[in-house]
Parts: sequence; C-alpha cells; structure tokens
Amino acid sequence: MPDGRMAFLGDIYSIWLREMTRYVRARSRVITSLITPLLWLIIFGTGFSSALSVGGTGGSNYINFLAPGILGMVVLFTGMFSGMSVMFDKEFGFLKEILVAPVSRTSIVIGKALGGTTQGAIQGVLIFGLSYFIGVRISGTLGLAGAIVLILVTMFFIGMGFVGLGISIASRIENIEGFQVVMNLLVLPIFFLSGAFFPVTSLPAWMKALVDINPLAYGVDALRYAVTGLHSYALTTDLAVVVGFFVLMMIVGSILFRNVH
Amino acid sequence: MKAIETKDLVKRFEDVEAVKGINLEIEEGELFGLLGPNGAGKTTTISMLCTITNPTSGSASVFGHDVKKESSTVRGMIGIVFQDPSLDDNLTGKENLDFHGRLYKVPRNEIAGRINEVLELVELADKANVIVKKYSGGMKRRLEIARGLLHHPRVLFLDEPTLGLDPQTRLHIWEYIEKLNREKKITMILTTHYMDEADKLCDRIAIIDHGQIVAMDTPENLKHDVGGDVVTMTVPHGSEQLKTKLEQLEFVKSAQLVDGTLRLSVEKGETAIPIFMDVARQEGIAVPSIALHEPTLEDIFIKYTGREIRAQEAASGFAAYHGPGRR
Repeated sequence: MPDGRMAFLGDIYSIWLREMTRYVRARSRVITSLITPLLWLIIFGTGFSSALSVGGTGGSNYINFLAPGILGMVVLFTGMFSGMSVMFDKEFGFLKEILVAPVSRTSIVIGKALGGTTQGAIQGVLIFGLSYFIGVRISGTLGLAGAIVLILVTMFFIGMGFVGLGISIASRIENIEGFQVVMNLLVLPIFFLSGAFFPVTSLPAWMKALVDINPLAYGVDALRYAVTGLHSYALTTDLAVVVGFFVLMMIVGSILFRNVH
Repeated sequence: MKAIETKDLVKRFEDVEAVKGINLEIEEGELFGLLGPNGAGKTTTISMLCTITNPTSGSASVFGHDVKKESSTVRGMIGIVFQDPSLDDNLTGKENLDFHGRLYKVPRNEIAGRINEVLELVELADKANVIVKKYSGGMKRRLEIARGLLHHPRVLFLDEPTLGLDPQTRLHIWEYIEKLNREKKITMILTTHYMDEADKLCDRIAIIDHGQIVAMDTPENLKHDVGGDVVTMTVPHGSEQLKTKLEQLEFVKSAQLVDGTLRLSVEKGETAIPIFMDVARQEGIAVPSIALHEPTLEDIFIKYTGREIRAQEAASGFAAYHGPGRR
C-alpha cells in the first residue's frame, strides 16, 4: 500500500483510539447511558404490551417490536453526541492540536465517526443482550447469525451517518448553547418520527411524509426486520437509504469540517 | 536558508487589518521574540506561520516551504505551544503525548523513549500516568512544551508561553526554553507581552504594534538606542505644560506622558533630577515621586508606540480570561 494511504489509515486509527480511550475512561457515563434506553424498553415496553395490543406490531409482543427502535435510538444519540463532541474539543482547545497536525481533515472525520459508531455498537449490543432478560427474542426469518449480521451492518451505517451529521452541525455552530437547541429540535423529532414506538404504515399522510424523509426510519426498519421479521419498507430500500445516508454525511461532514478553525 | 521568512505578510479579517505587511527573516537556531500588546497582531502572525490561518496577501515560508502551498510539509516541521490550553483533560500526560506522536508519525519503536525524554526535560516523568485534569496550570504548560518537542520540530512556536503563570513557574519555563534553544539548536519564535521575558530570552526582538513592526533588533541594541538614563516622574493630571517645559531642556532626548507618568530620556540622570524638580516647583506642580533607571524594553516600547504595554494588558487580559467563548 502507498505511504500516503497507510498514513491516512494510521490517522483514522489514532483519532479512533483517542475516542475510545476517553470512552473507556468515562465508565460512569457509559453505565448511565445504558439506563435511559433500558428504562424506555422496560417501563414503556412492558406498560404498553400489557395495556394494549398495538395493531401491526406483531401481536401482543410489543417489547419485541420496541427493542429495535431502542437500538436505533442508542445509535442515534451516541452518534450525534459523539459528532458534536467536536464542539467540546473546540471549547477546550484540543481541536487546535488536531487541526495543526499533519493529518487530513477527512481522516479526522472518519476516525471520529468510527469512534462514535463503535461506542454506539457496544452500547447497542449491551442493551440488546440485557433485553433478553425482559423477553426480547430474535424471531425473524434470517436466523440468529443472519439477524446479528444485519443488526451490526445497519448500526454501522446509521451510526457513521449520525456522527457525520453531528460533526456537520458542530462545524457550523459557534457556541455550546446551540448544542442543546439542536438536541431538542433535531434529535428528538428524528427519534420520535423513526417508527421506534409505532408502525409507520397507517399514519396520516403528513406524518408519513416526515417519516419517509427520516433516515433513521429506514435504519429502525432494517433492525426490526432482523429482530422480528416485520418491516414497512423493502430491505433493499432500507439498506440503500442507510448506505446513502452514510456516504452523504461523510462527504458533507468532511466539507464542513474543512472550514473549522 | 532562513528558518522563517515573510514578505509583506497581511491578514485582513472582515473589516479589520490585523497584520499590515510584516517582513521577517529569522535565522536557524535563533530565539526570536514578537513583542507587543494584546491585539497587536502577534498571535495572528504566528497563526499564519503555523498554517492555522491563511495570509490575505504576501507570503511566508518555513525553511523554504510556503505555508499556504506546502502546509502539510510545514506542519510536520514545526511544533506549537498555543496561548490557550490545548490538552485533552481526560487523558493522562503520557496519552496526550502518545496521541501527538501518532499524529506526527513518530516511529512507534521510538515513541516510548521520546516520551520519557521530553517528560524528563520538563520534569513531569513522575506524573506521566496522571490524568491531565489533575495537573496544575504550570504542569499543563510544561506538558504542552514537552508535546511541542516530541516530534523533534525544527522550529518551535511559543505563543505567550508563561501567560497567567506564577513567577516561580515562569522562571522554570524560561530555563527550559533557553536550554532547548541552546542544546537542541531549535529555532524558536515566541510571542509575549512581558518585557522582561523578551529581554531575558530573545536573541532578537520585533516590536509589533497595530499589526506592524515598529522596531527590530537585539534587546541590547534596542536599549542602546534609547541610551543614557530614564527618569520617571509621577505627576498629577494636567501636567502637559510641565512636559513641554522639560522637553525644551537641551539634555532631554525625549519625553512621554503616559497615564500620569512622565518619562524622560536623558544623558545623565543624577544631574537631571534636581533640575526637573526645580522646573516642577516653578510650575507649581507637586511631584510625589521620581525615579531613575537604565532603559528597559518598556521604555523602548513606549518610545515607539507612545503607550504603556502593561496598562493595555491589564484591560484586555481581563477580557481574555472572562470573556465568552474562551477556555
């Protein structure tokens, strides 16, 4: 392999390694970040599956229906937060150290994205493992191995995509206060309109339109297909959208990040 | 080949021209100081030399490599110690250095040795595995200097290396800087608004004001320029007339009135003081104190800019620490 490409991969690895060192160090944050999704899953999931049988959710097993949605949520939150950590690096000065180093901006974006995605995947796997104890089972048609591969692949692409989106936004906003605004005005709607809680097939047209332009909806749909066998879009559509989202966000993130100083 | 060379270097931000045509030639191994008040354009100049910001016009090169066209070559040759902290507080000192080593492609089989070497140099070897969050301000600064050296740069930029540090730590850092420059022959460009720092450390100094170099020479030559003695008198408000009177005395070379202090450059201070006191008495002006000293860089700065550097620093230094968006 040519030297330039080796250096590029080396830089990606270095950035990834820093993200992971920080992640492993913040153990308490890792644990608390597991609590929110588990609360959703246990309380919300159990509450709804005992209160009613939601049509189109695969009968009474609402928890099984909800679990892939919560996986999507974990990847979304971890990814966005990780991407926007660029802003904290800026605030605390560390970004300068990275920006003046002889590394390309693209390798920084990809390294960060891989870091955030790895964290999201670790959390997703932990939550999915724990959810076994509240009755979540892989019951799709892909078999266990196939389901796990599809889950990991999907988490990878949406994770990378949302870190890219986070970096893009962080590259454009100047102050840390903007972070809260983005989290509330962008991340929550993306989550609520992803079909994580309810099937998206029989929604009113305006809401369906919003769901259709939400990349996470396709990610959740693919995850749900892997776990339960249920889906609202074709699997090929799901995969095409999440891969497209990943590619687009890496490009946009790299371009916007180039203008950060 | 010059270590640093700039030609008519200009940086314009929207409506402000921060750097207005700077020409510099810095030799290899030189310890060069950019001296000036906050906002004079020192950091902007350094940022352009470090490839952080692009010049609006003019050119700058590091060992013949253009900062704009060959920015990644330049980045590999230079080390930077920033004015504001730039460490990852959640990593240990060693991890910060290791990350730096990776980014700068320090060979992996050399990295452990080099980390030890630079940590020894700044006396932080025993803190290598402590999280940076727990370091004191002076320790962080030393770690940043160590980091700037890790990849064996040919030029090290130090932007206000002792800003906000206590006197003892400042002396310590000065020692490191001198040692490095002497032993490793690293070319160093340092910005400061501390006169004593520039005087003590630098081989040559450029005084920058309003984005322009107003004087450039060795500290000795600059001081020699002023020559003789400097008499400073504390005077009440409205002493302009006294200044005019004293200026007319034939042995007074120059006079500046800044913030209630009248500064007079004279050949022989001992004989000048009684005459000054007489004139003041005739004018009916009470002079609470009068002092005599050899010229310092402070006097030179005032001579060239007509302003005092410290008064400025006190005002803008406060904003730098408490203003929004910093640290």
